[in-house]
Amino acid sequence: MERLLDVKGVYFGYNKKYVLEDVNLTVFRGDFLGIVGPNGSAKSTLIKIILGILKPQRGTVVLLNSPIERFNQWDRIGYISQRVRNFNPAFPATVEEIVGANLYSQMGVFKFFNKEHKTKIKEALDVVNMSDYQDHLIGNLSGGEQQKVFIARTLISNPEIIFMDEPLVGVDVQSQEQFYGLMEKLNKELGITLVMVSHDIGVITDKANRVACVGNRKVCVHPSTDFNKEEHIRDVYGEDLSILHHKH
Amino acid sequence: MLEVLKYGFMQRAFLAGIVIAVVCPAVGIFLVLRRMSMIGDTLSHVALAGVAGGMLGGIYPVYSALGVSILAALAIEKLSKEYEQYKELSIAIILSAGIGLATIFISLGNSNSAIFSYLFGSIGLVSWWDIRIIFVLGFIVLVSILFFYRSLFYIAFDEEAARLAGVPVKWVNLYFIILIAMTIAISMRTVGVLLVSSLMIIPVATGLQISRGFMQTFIYSILFGISSVLIGLFISFYVDLAPGGTIVVSSILILVIIILIKNIRRK
Repeated sequence: MERLLDVKGVYFGYNKKYVLEDVNLTVFRGDFLGIVGPNGSAKSTLIKIILGILKPQRGTVVLLNSPIERFNQWDRIGYISQRVRNFNPAFPATVEEIVGANLYSQMGVFKFFNKEHKTKIKEALDVVNMSDYQDHLIGNLSGGEQQKVFIARTLISNPEIIFMDEPLVGVDVQSQEQFYGLMEKLNKELGITLVMVSHDIGVITDKANRVACVGNRKVCVHPSTDFNKEEHIRDVYGEDLSILHHKH
Repeated sequence: MLEVLKYGFMQRAFLAGIVIAVVCPAVGIFLVLRRMSMIGDTLSHVALAGVAGGMLGGIYPVYSALGVSILAALAIEKLSKEYEQYKELSIAIILSAGIGLATIFISLGNSNSAIFSYLFGSIGLVSWWDIRIIFVLGFIVLVSILFFYRSLFYIAFDEEAARLAGVPVKWVNLYFIILIAMTIAISMRTVGVLLVSSLMIIPVATGLQISRGFMQTFIYSILFGISSVLIGLFISFYVDLAPGGTIVVSSILILVIIILIKNIRRK
């Protein structure tokens, strides 16, 4: 299987105190990797190291066969950050303008949309079922709709791998289901490799094929079928915890 | 032909006015959306120090203002790194430095009426030499804005995502702040140092009231800029008032009218 991402022996910390120690992680083409762990366990830090936003003290990251320090094929990857929806809601931009922004590196000198760009925008919005909203202002959409627009923005450059950092925070339950349906389509039909940080252990372990657990400065990766949710929760929150299954 | 256009000085005032009416809002829209409105004000006060210094040293004031405000723009960038947590502090420091120096230079010289024309703008004093400079710099600013339109838009919306999409954020930011300095240098002859930043901000504020999308805001802001300048210059000529004041008051009136119409329609 083709390796898209290789993290080897990575150490990262603040003020000489490591928050990640000897992290090893490989992502293969076609994977849907869920990164889980308690709050403050450095899940987002791990994603930022992988993308070169943070520099590790030791170890190497190789993304799409290129060491991250020299990586420049940004159009082959997508990233949806935790704070993607923290924008000014009164920002006067249409859905079309937001999605088209990621065509940046494909546009000519004066970077205005031509017919081909408009078709690409339409196609990306079709994938997320948002093509009727092309002329709407981004600030007027719901949290779930905005999320889909940002996914379309990522899709427009045909990325091979998409990294998502807690993409479902502040998104209602119904939209979350649609979101996972969409992820399945991207992963299975379009063959896009997905890496997603989530604190919702229950759902992500059902949807992803592999799970990376971050906790106590370590990362361990296993197939999601081997993943025992209750054991993991007990590892993270301690032995005194009891889980109550109940229905409303 | 309209009576006002028979006069050479009015022809020059209109030529200069139309250029700055287009350039100021085109730069200003990015200042407003990045919540950087104060930078315009700061650099224009620094430009005043440049004007006064230029008059003292016998340098053409537009050049000295341009040089000093570009230096100030770079200093703001540098200082904002020193005060990462208090970004607005760097602007306040440069604003104080600008006004302090301007005060000293003005009291050293004795050309108060010339300083006045740069403070509040003047329609009678725009020379053909001024027009040449305004056209050359105005052209550079406008072409640069069109060239960087998409990157500036993306940085204003989400700087981190822009960087990951391949936008050279650091360089674009640096060049943009130089463009602001150039815009101020060419605008101060007509609207005056004190009111340049208003012409960058108010037409954009009006545009934001009615537009649906970024491109629309961009175009409307420029149209409102042009109408403010044309109305302001006519009033300035017929009532004999400083053009800076009449232009900015016209732009405020347009804003108020648009807000009123919007509110009446909503009811």
